[in-house]
Amino acid sequence: MTTTVVVTGLGIAAPNGLGTQDYWAATRTGKNGIGRVTRFDPSSYPSTLAGEVPGFVAADVLPSRLLPQTDHMTRMALVAAEWALADAGIDPEELPEYDMGVVTASSSGGFEFGQGELEKLWSQGSQYVSAYQSFAWFYAVNSGQISIRNGLKGPSGVIVSDEAGGLDAVAHGRRLIRKGTPMIVSGGVDASICPWGWVAQMAGDRLSTSDEPTRAYLPFDADAAGYVPGEGGAILIMESAESACERGAKIYGEIAGYGSTFDPRPGSDREPALRKAIELALADAGTAPEDVDVVFADAAGVPELDRVEADAISAVFGVRGVPVTAPKTMTGRLYSGAAPLDVATALLAIEEGLIPPTVHINPDEEYGLDLVLNQSRTAQVRTALVLARGYGGFNSAVVVRAVD
Amino acid sequence: MSTSEFTLDDLRRILQEGAGVDEGVDLDGDILDEPFEVLGYESLALLETGSRIEREYGIVLDEDLLTDADTPRALIEAVNQQFGADEPAAA
Amino acid sequence: MTGRRVVITGIEVLAPGGVGAKNFWNLLSEGRTATRRITFFDPSPFRSRVAAEIDFDPAEHGLRPQEIRRMDRAAQFAVVAARGAVADSGIDIEAYDPYRVGVTIGSAVGATMGLDEEYNVVSDGGRLHLVDHAYTVPHLYNYLVPSSFAAEVAWAVGAQGPNTVVSTGCTSGIDSVGHAVELLREGSADVMITGSSDAPISPITMACFDAIKATTPRDDVPERASRPFDGTRNGFVLGEGAAVFVLEELESAKRRGAHIYAEIAGYATRSNAYHMTGLRPDGAEMAEAITVALDEARMNATEIDYINAHGSGTKQNDRHETEAFKRSLGDHAYRTPVSSIKSMVGHSLGAIGSIEIAASALAMENHVVPPTANLTTPDPKCDLDYVPLVAREQLTDAVLTVGSGFGGFQSAMVLARPERSVA
Repeated sequence: MTTTVVVTGLGIAAPNGLGTQDYWAATRTGKNGIGRVTRFDPSSYPSTLAGEVPGFVAADVLPSRLLPQTDHMTRMALVAAEWALADAGIDPEELPEYDMGVVTASSSGGFEFGQGELEKLWSQGSQYVSAYQSFAWFYAVNSGQISIRNGLKGPSGVIVSDEAGGLDAVAHGRRLIRKGTPMIVSGGVDASICPWGWVAQMAGDRLSTSDEPTRAYLPFDADAAGYVPGEGGAILIMESAESACERGAKIYGEIAGYGSTFDPRPGSDREPALRKAIELALADAGTAPEDVDVVFADAAGVPELDRVEADAISAVFGVRGVPVTAPKTMTGRLYSGAAPLDVATALLAIEEGLIPPTVHINPDEEYGLDLVLNQSRTAQVRTALVLARGYGGFNSAVVVRAVD
Repeated sequence: MSTSEFTLDDLRRILQEGAGVDEGVDLDGDILDEPFEVLGYESLALLETGSRIEREYGIVLDEDLLTDADTPRALIEAVNQQFGADEPAAA
Repeated sequence: MTGRRVVITGIEVLAPGGVGAKNFWNLLSEGRTATRRITFFDPSPFRSRVAAEIDFDPAEHGLRPQEIRRMDRAAQFAVVAARGAVADSGIDIEAYDPYRVGVTIGSAVGATMGLDEEYNVVSDGGRLHLVDHAYTVPHLYNYLVPSSFAAEVAWAVGAQGPNTVVSTGCTSGIDSVGHAVELLREGSADVMITGSSDAPISPITMACFDAIKATTPRDDVPERASRPFDGTRNGFVLGEGAAVFVLEELESAKRRGAHIYAEIAGYATRSNAYHMTGLRPDGAEMAEAITVALDEARMNATEIDYINAHGSGTKQNDRHETEAFKRSLGDHAYRTPVSSIKSMVGHSLGAIGSIEIAASALAMENHVVPPTANLTTPDPKCDLDYVPLVAREQLTDAVLTVGSGFGGFQSAMVLARPERSVA
């Protein structure tokens, strides 16, 4: 019999709330976290809006020794990990040596740190590049720093599949627990809101150029014209149900199913692969479509991608066959941090019995979705499906379920 | 920058900027003969400190110096010796 | 553990010294080295001025103009290696359900070369903090996210199953293949195209390793600069390259009459939770990874015929690793040949782990242990049999290959013959 894997701790840094309590208070009431970029002056760029995490002052929450060697995303990840461990009631020092590992997702690494060092390299010379550049920007940095700060020696990993990677990392955490490591720190926290990261994101040709925070990111709306990028994400503490029960830990829910596919080559006449990912995740969870209480959509905000997602959801659940929501309309798309945040949100939705809303949009009925709009919907939520897609064709789906 | 002497205060400032300060360490205290390890600075922090000193003062420190100088006093002496040996680089 | 056993049925390598697995093996078995003074840019301002570069023309290897334009060099390596591995395995991917064919590609530093070059342009030589988007290349997003490597490989081979990039620093090359093995064993895929690629030889990479004195400053005779386990070693030589494999479940590989290079019998990774770049002298966590990988393979330490070491050539690493081998294998460590191919092909960061898996499989294929080049001055603290200078013919039925990466990652993989008796 396969091991049941549960989530027992959450650490959240999101554009509409820092910390689980603030985030959930904001999200359940539809509070927007999108605004004009403040981390640099965006006025010379076509895109000017982002979801920035408010009130995060690294110097107040991290030792000064860590500051010169960390990018903004790593600082937030370290703090989110600390909160998640505390929430789970785990003191890593008390664990056997190899009982806990770290699996995070990354999309583009510590880009802001990297820009700073590239700037020194090209404007001043190679001897100006920091000793910390060798790791502070790279994709593995969050897993490494979380492992070191908390003394976690178990199996670790780093998954990069753009925005789908957040779910792939959670699934890999589950895999490691099933292979015998009792606890895994997983999730993802991302940020590339710096000029260099900004122009690279714009090159993807999917960023919204609207300057109205409430009209910029409009998935499933006839006016959809791209997305707003954001920063932040969530760190989750995952463990075997057995370990959680032995400790008497509070259990948020189970990571019950996972499926992952890749789209056919551009130009192929094969069907987009998202539907298959959903079906694989449901089969893995042993869940029928009618048992799913809510779908957390990927919500690309790009018409052709919204169409693909709506078609996949309708193919599995029927037209308007399941409540669908996209709380990321409040935060923007957080790259590798987005899906872990959605998983955390799904767990909070289960806890409270409430589906958080999709905001700002006027849905195009053509999509045939039952979107939870503007206000939370009270509902018994026992099973939630979280979807995430990455640039190039990555599709992942996770089923989150209440544990009795 | 051209200067005649590298002082403990210069080192304190550069350590702070390049590597931060460990919790529980008082950099302003009597640290001259405290091993860097006790002050919470490992090899990477000292490499960063070394290259900051090199850039700021336009000198080149001997490669083994940073591994051999295990206290602030030893490092300061080594840097000051280098001042005597090197012509300051053009700004 | 399910009953599914995973074997390598296809290999392709792009390594310094010549593109293709055959050229690669010739270099290793002849003990030649591929290090030279850097030609990609003027290395004179740098502390370390040598690297192991590949002479690579993507068009010559079948990449079309648009593929070349949208891919960073490391993505190009990955795609050429993936196509080569599929051809080598003789597998007909189209005969499979595409959702059962997956991809994992390792990379430590992604499209570093492309990012470095493009940053220089959009920032006008570092002058503009608010970089100018009018100068971005259209495919810059592909450089931003290294996941584009795995996407390109999937398109190249027609895979629609699980797909990801694994990026655990310098253990990425082992961890990517290890991840693919896990997906096959658990039944999430029937075929995995897996391996890793990195092309890090760029000014920013040289500068960041200069800053921590990790790369060797030795440049008088470049071909002798990479000196793992040698008493005079003083840092690694940066390299580049890729290796990609076709992995299949044993029974299905047998059914189609595939050539089987080796079974990937065991894999494990652990973290030292110690330091982003430093290693604890006792090698305990690497030893733990080795022990767990052997357990998973259900093998005893004494069955290992050859250890393909991480052997980067830094003072700290080579001692750390030597301790780890003694700690995990006991006396057998002294009786087992250990070598570092980084002495010949340099250290290609996230790629090297897969290139070393390829070397391990080819050592089994040929019953030849590649040497450690440039090992002429013993280090009293590195006191194992490092196969100095000359390759050695010997029966080689099981190989241990290991890696150690920034971030504290320690990984180990055991390759063995599938027909061995499994306890």
